Amino acid sequence: MAQFRVCPDSGFYFDKSAESLMKVNAVAGAVSLLIAGVLALGVILTRWQEVHLLPADLFYQVLTGHGINALIFWIIFFEIAILYFASSTLLRTRLAAPRWAWLGFILMVVGAVMNNVAVFQGNSSVMMTSYAPMQAEPHFYLGLILFAVGALIATFVFFGTLVIAKDDQTYQGSVPLVTFGALTAAIIAVFTIACGAIILVPTFLWSIGYINHIDAEMYRIIWWGLGHSSQQINVAAHVSVWYLLAGILFGARPMSEKVSRSAFLLYIFFLQLACAHHILVDPGISAEWKVFNTSYAMYLAVLASLIHGLTVPGAVEVAQREKGLTKGLFEWLRKAPWGNPVFSGFFFSLVIFGFIGGITGVVMGTEQINLIIHNTIYVPAHFHATVAVGTTLAFMALTYLLIPVLFRRALFLPWMAKWQPYVFSAGMTIMILFLLGAGTLGVSRRHWDMEFTGAALSFEYPGTAYMMMAVGAIGGVLGVLGGAMYLIVTVGSLVFGKKLEASAGLLQSFGVPLSSGVYNVAQPEQLPMAPKLAVEQHGSGGFEAPGTFVLAMALLVCFVVYYFINWDYLASVWPIS
Amino acid sequence: MTSYLPPSERIWWKVPVGKQEIIWIGIALVWCLIMFFMMPYWHVFGKQNLSNEAYQTTPAKFQARVDEMVAKYQVGEEAGIPIVKPPVGSDVYLLGRLWQWYPILELEKDKSYRIHISSMDWQHGFSLQPVNINLQIVPGYEMVVTMTPDQAGDYAIVCNEYCGIGHHSMLGKIYVKEN
Repeated sequence: MAQFRVCPDSGFYFDKSAESLMKVNAVAGAVSLLIAGVLALGVILTRWQEVHLLPADLFYQVLTGHGINALIFWIIFFEIAILYFASSTLLRTRLAAPRWAWLGFILMVVGAVMNNVAVFQGNSSVMMTSYAPMQAEPHFYLGLILFAVGALIATFVFFGTLVIAKDDQTYQGSVPLVTFGALTAAIIAVFTIACGAIILVPTFLWSIGYINHIDAEMYRIIWWGLGHSSQQINVAAHVSVWYLLAGILFGARPMSEKVSRSAFLLYIFFLQLACAHHILVDPGISAEWKVFNTSYAMYLAVLASLIHGLTVPGAVEVAQREKGLTKGLFEWLRKAPWGNPVFSGFFFSLVIFGFIGGITGVVMGTEQINLIIHNTIYVPAHFHATVAVGTTLAFMALTYLLIPVLFRRALFLPWMAKWQPYVFSAGMTIMILFLLGAGTLGVSRRHWDMEFTGAALSFEYPGTAYMMMAVGAIGGVLGVLGGAMYLIVTVGSLVFGKKLEASAGLLQSFGVPLSSGVYNVAQPEQLPMAPKLAVEQHGSGGFEAPGTFVLAMALLVCFVVYYFINWDYLASVWPIS
Repeated sequence: MTSYLPPSERIWWKVPVGKQEIIWIGIALVWCLIMFFMMPYWHVFGKQNLSNEAYQTTPAKFQARVDEMVAKYQVGEEAGIPIVKPPVGSDVYLLGRLWQWYPILELEKDKSYRIHISSMDWQHGFSLQPVNINLQIVPGYEMVVTMTPDQAGDYAIVCNEYCGIGHHSMLGKIYVKEN
């Protein structure tokens, strides 16, 4: 019973059912991204005070839809595709329980549609966080619950697939690093979804009148077990994608399996404590609890990210040096394939995540510094650096790789794909930097009108704040344009792209298997271990990747300087005790 | 081509780690510890720390406290909202509700006040501008924060937690006067 096909270009083996599931999940993700992107435009053009496009009710509605579609639906659909790829494809094994996987997918689609319907009907403009006691329509919560159940099923299909691969001995030795990273993401996902169930099920029951009271503070604490941890799934997932892309583009191997895997292990142990980041200025939470949790128990998860920050580009540098690009510190980087969107997307994702997203995240997650940042527009600026650039751009880069390999189509408008990571990164970086500035000036997030029209009292933000919001909005529009370019290329490729396989038709782009003759492998050969390292040292002074080390030190210097600038700023505000 | 293949060594955890990574991990760990100890350090030596003090309350109970204070110490009115000048060092009650901060406070520079804040309905955000101090105000909980305004001037309280259609119009005031 042959059920695998081998991709003649990449050598990857695709299990028939896993292949279809990867396609439909990726497509569902792209649809969510489209909705999120259109809504983003409404948000941006309203917060640009000189334009102020939407009325208040529509603005809050659009903002709710943007947050949920971008942060939850787009990313999690795509992550499910990655989980199937990292298990079934990388380990050359059949997918466990494909029918359950389809059930999971259907639940996710039904949930996503139901939630979107609730938001677009207009009585559920409660923001992504839906803080009790503000109440949405019951199907708002029910949609999220169904989506989460579907995602949980998919996660268990992933675990099952790992078990099957182990049992069938489809690979030698240990699972690849990329699969290990995906496993990290999946374990975090289980914790995340459990928190989601614990809080959203009672909230749903409350919305239909079976429970009469949800404690607002309890809601916040448990909800953030869902809300923040879901972003930690993204971190683990996109770091895995970075390793994957470094491997595929450069033949890079991890500098040290032990170090990289230990870093993922630190994520599993400590990353979720960061749910506390959202509770730092809440009533009734003790300082000890805040300090321990907000710092991931002495910043051990930050340590893990700093490690990946060195080992991911370091792996690329080592691979490039082995190819003879050894001049100076940065020849390996200068001569990287900058015209290939898979590389540029990967590299911008890495740099912007680390330099902007990572640093701002740790700074604002410091217990006392949070006082001058909580709920200002600094917060969305931060998470657009981590999620909208870090995660989303890494996934976009991966898409460019998957279109020929998984969908068997050539890229549509390759010139547009080439420029897409540049436009998207430039736009988002402008937006992020200026919103960070506006947040420092106290501009509020989730706020329709910074002129406070109709208020009994008055307050005026400084002119600089208006300027920063305007420039930030222009960056945001450019970012949306970059997002549109991604969708044009991907949807265009799926529909009009040159077929690399005769049977790769329109339906095949949306999940129907290729013609059955293509699946001519019953069981792929056992996946071999990576070839042994030639004992040849490049780099200088015992440093395999000196250029990366310099970049890492630059990151650290920025980090230290910016961290203490913020303490200094905090020291200037009213004494509080 | 190996990050997505099984490691080349079966016993990969015994492969020695390179010098570069060890140095980086060492530096990063030291930085992480510095950041960790900055927080307790600030609790001892810094002047901006939240207390652990908070109480469970109900909107009715809290409203009564506010009304009592307003009746005792009202000194004026602005836009229909009473201006209250509580004694230095006293317990001051401020409530957030759809969509106003109540009452307006008049405080003295360089004097400390125990400010109790709670919400009557949904969650609100206390964002003192342009100082930029931000607190989460949660219904059912009364947060106690001792504030010492160190500059005279007019300050606004912006609501920075989304609280429905009138959220953008929810402004309060604190006046800080030279004594």
